[in-house]
Amino acid sequence: MERILFYLIAAVIIVFSVLTVTSRRILRAAVYLLFVLMATAGFYFMLNYNFLGAVQLTVYSGGIVVLIVFAVLLTAHMDHKLDPPDRLKALAVGLLSLFGMGITLYALRSFPWAVTALPEGAYDIEAIGMRLLSYGDKGYVLPFEVISVLLLAAMVAAIIIAKKSTSND
Amino acid sequence: MEESGYFDFSPIVNNIHESLAASFSPGWAMAIAWALIGITLILFAALSVIILVYVERKVAAFFQVRLGPMRVGPWGLLQTVADFIKLLMKEHITSRNADKFLFNLAPFIIVTAAFLGLGAIPFALGLHIFDINIGLFYITAVSSVGVLGILLGGWAGNNKYSLIGALRSGAQIVSYELSITLSLLAVVVLAGSLQLSEIIASQENGWWIFKGHISAWIAFVIFMIAGTAETNRGPFDLAEAESELTAGFHTEYSGIKFAMFFLAEYLSLFIIASVGATVFFGGWLPFHIGTWQAFNHIMDYIPPIVWFFGKVAGIIGIIMWFKWTFPRLRIDQLLILEWKYLLPINLFNLILVSFIALMGWYF
Repeated sequence: MERILFYLIAAVIIVFSVLTVTSRRILRAAVYLLFVLMATAGFYFMLNYNFLGAVQLTVYSGGIVVLIVFAVLLTAHMDHKLDPPDRLKALAVGLLSLFGMGITLYALRSFPWAVTALPEGAYDIEAIGMRLLSYGDKGYVLPFEVISVLLLAAMVAAIIIAKKSTSND
Repeated sequence: MEESGYFDFSPIVNNIHESLAASFSPGWAMAIAWALIGITLILFAALSVIILVYVERKVAAFFQVRLGPMRVGPWGLLQTVADFIKLLMKEHITSRNADKFLFNLAPFIIVTAAFLGLGAIPFALGLHIFDINIGLFYITAVSSVGVLGILLGGWAGNNKYSLIGALRSGAQIVSYELSITLSLLAVVVLAGSLQLSEIIASQENGWWIFKGHISAWIAFVIFMIAGTAETNRGPFDLAEAESELTAGFHTEYSGIKFAMFFLAEYLSLFIIASVGATVFFGGWLPFHIGTWQAFNHIMDYIPPIVWFFGKVAGIIGIIMWFKWTFPRLRIDQLLILEWKYLLPINLFNLILVSFIALMGWYF
């Protein structure tokens, strides 16, 4: 059962990833991207890592894809179609992707994976929270704070850019 | 839970599970269990939406000193059933210049998001589809996907009214999502868990609305406002403001696809109300007052499922009351309300509630 689900989700991810980059309508590409991201969340739920799955749903599906769709809604017209890429570029990108896939596959094949059983039940979210804010060994408080500052700076910058355009009229 | 005098559904659920496991291979038993859950959920959703639409029409009528639907069945009880059959038989119209794929996809996205949320709600002790350890976060996560259905549906119709409706609704839902999550976090801080069954268990000796006093009240008021906005209902129904935008984002939809938007709207109303009931009012727990043993015993005679639906009905009643009382807000008022009032109050409340929780100033 799990295996069937795994292959189903994997197939969804592969098919829609390809469709995302080949679609010539920008909003459809965004929707295909949404399917890819949601299927990835499905993997996290399958691994019992519910927290990461829900984060994936909120941040990527509910946040980033909504943002992309919003931007497209404001800018693009329905009949607008992207020009098909020229052959040379398509070929170069294809080769590059194959090369990347080769490296990844080689790395996956050569890495000595230690097979472990799925942990009983779901990951403990209290442990995640503690780890995120701990100073000690394997604590993540520094990255956490750095990211907070980065996000704050991005927000301030966004507000300043938005303000500028209104004062210029 | 020390006193387990409440009616527990888990033996029934386990019985069904065991009889399935006995007669089928594990894979098939799982598949059949999923199918059963799915069918039950769909039937439940259809039934509750039919009832909710009827109730909404009656409530609206009473607010406007009318009788509401009276002709079909006794007191018009069958009116919404008749309406539903009518919707099913209507023609599907897809306008020629619409983006057909997205046009047909949008209703499914929004309905799927609503159903996913329904899965995590505890209806009674043991009557819970999945009691995930991040229940509350999961519900907010899946409901954040629903807005995509509105955005895509509004765009794919290739109609400027629906596009404006979709943009308004997107801005609104994305903003109010913050408030709703932060107000729920206030109770999460007090209860110390995101798992819905544990949040309910923490209210065994009193609901959070009473135990958490001032900060829980602030959180609940904000939750009600933001919840009304999340479900796109009046006074925040700018996305489908009839007087300006014909029908907003679903202008181009007809028949069953329109019905799906309708279904999702009422389902999300139900989900918001049941999350509110679970988090602030103790879910399926009966109403107890401190040490009044006799009173508490009488309250225990009312089964948990009745308590749950009673609380949900109460909250839905308040939300409907909002809709038929307040005038619709303008989009700038709506965003000012969220970003300049609710969000700062909410952040302050979160600090306050953390302080209260640290000092142990709750009951």
